[in-house]
Amino acid sequence: MPGRHQGARVVLLAVLLAGCSSSPQSQPAPSVTFGSGATTPGMPGMSGMPPMPGTSASAPASATGSPAAVAGDAVSIDNMAFVPATLTVHAGSTVTWTNHDEEPHTVAASDGSFHSPGMGLQGTYSHTFPTAGKFDYVCSIHPFMHGTVVVTQ
Amino acid sequence: MTDAPHTMNRRQLIRHSAWFGAAVGLAVVGGEVISHVAGTADAARVQGRPTLRFAQVSDSHIGFTGKANSNVASSFSEAIDRINNLGYTPDFVIHTGDLTHLATPDQFDQVKQLMTGLRTPHVFTVPGEHDSVDDAGQKYRSVFGAGTRGDGWYSFDIAGVHVIALVNTLNLKKLGHLGADQLDFVAKDVAALPSDTPIIVFSHIPLFAMYPDWGWGTDDAAQALSYLRRFSSVTCLNGHVHQVFSKTEGNVTFYSGTTTAYPLPHPGDGPAPKPVTLPAAQLHDALGIREVSYTKGQNALALKERTLQ
Repeated sequence: MPGRHQGARVVLLAVLLAGCSSSPQSQPAPSVTFGSGATTPGMPGMSGMPPMPGTSASAPASATGSPAAVAGDAVSIDNMAFVPATLTVHAGSTVTWTNHDEEPHTVAASDGSFHSPGMGLQGTYSHTFPTAGKFDYVCSIHPFMHGTVVVTQ
Repeated sequence: MTDAPHTMNRRQLIRHSAWFGAAVGLAVVGGEVISHVAGTADAARVQGRPTLRFAQVSDSHIGFTGKANSNVASSFSEAIDRINNLGYTPDFVIHTGDLTHLATPDQFDQVKQLMTGLRTPHVFTVPGEHDSVDDAGQKYRSVFGAGTRGDGWYSFDIAGVHVIALVNTLNLKKLGHLGADQLDFVAKDVAALPSDTPIIVFSHIPLFAMYPDWGWGTDDAAQALSYLRRFSSVTCLNGHVHQVFSKTEGNVTFYSGTTTAYPLPHPGDGPAPKPVTLPAAQLHDALGIREVSYTKGQNALALKERTLQ
């Protein structure tokens, strides 16, 4: 059976490769030539230049949106889906999304009218819809997640 | 020093692949997963240092706090130790994105500090979608974007190999996306290269359709790959999917790498690509790093997957 034959070949190769890697040679390391600009992309590793100075860390951005609104309509994020996928509210309503996944999510309007920060587990985000319309949105981290808010007068 | 390595030509390779029914073989040997394109066993005959050797690490998700991995900083440090103890100094290390989990300044600072411990002359990165949660990648580029073009893409040459690092995690509609500016960059970047120049492409999201329902593909990758069609050796390495996978399409071989943080389901296994919580003893088997080497005269790169176990 060809499959079994191939398996034997692969194992043999693996052993030979493992042998190769354990006997490093003393040839010089190749050097890098950049085509994309005068500055070198990336950062040096430990055997390169001294460590780069740390970035000036500003105040950590909150992974959580604004606290849940007192009143308003809710969208739950469960198993990488918006529930309900389509929510209908009256103009002036505040919609609150709550993330129940370990994965972070965002709520990003397709027309750019709202974009939440990243919501971690139990993170929430609220947005008020003053005018009627149909607002499609995605999670910008997982854009296969789609939702719609329909706002009526 | 290298006795003229025998290279299988394209027709032989295709015939050979057809004979075995699959172009890529995988085998587990002593905790390592070795993959290679069929017909490259000759690589093992070549003695000495490969022309180029580097390590890939991916999806460290610094800042993740879920139960699938209670200490992603620790497992990323173990991955760095693994790279530092390969028995040689890799010519560079590439991190193929999702350095952070939520793209906060603290998380970028932490992952950068950790990576300064890598013993290698160069550390390169490409961003993942977790590195641009709310700012289209501005914080990522402020930390890792020096010397890059556009939204963070770049290319370089090393040991006769042309390396292209792409950004396909911005302006997402469903799949990964490169955009017109970046496609133009790729076209011009390779225009003057001889067709026998080996090409290596890094991206976070796969450039092949691994599982589009979960966003595991790139909507305009075909255009980018069309510029690379004339090259005899094209290898695309990506992260994002948190598991080892490979596929060959024509002259291009794609390799998805694993993560140092937490596994994701196999394509279509369950409703969504949510973090998988394994029994503690099994987690480190699912995490790992990858060694990649290229030897002049060989079309296919040699890859070794190493777990953190």
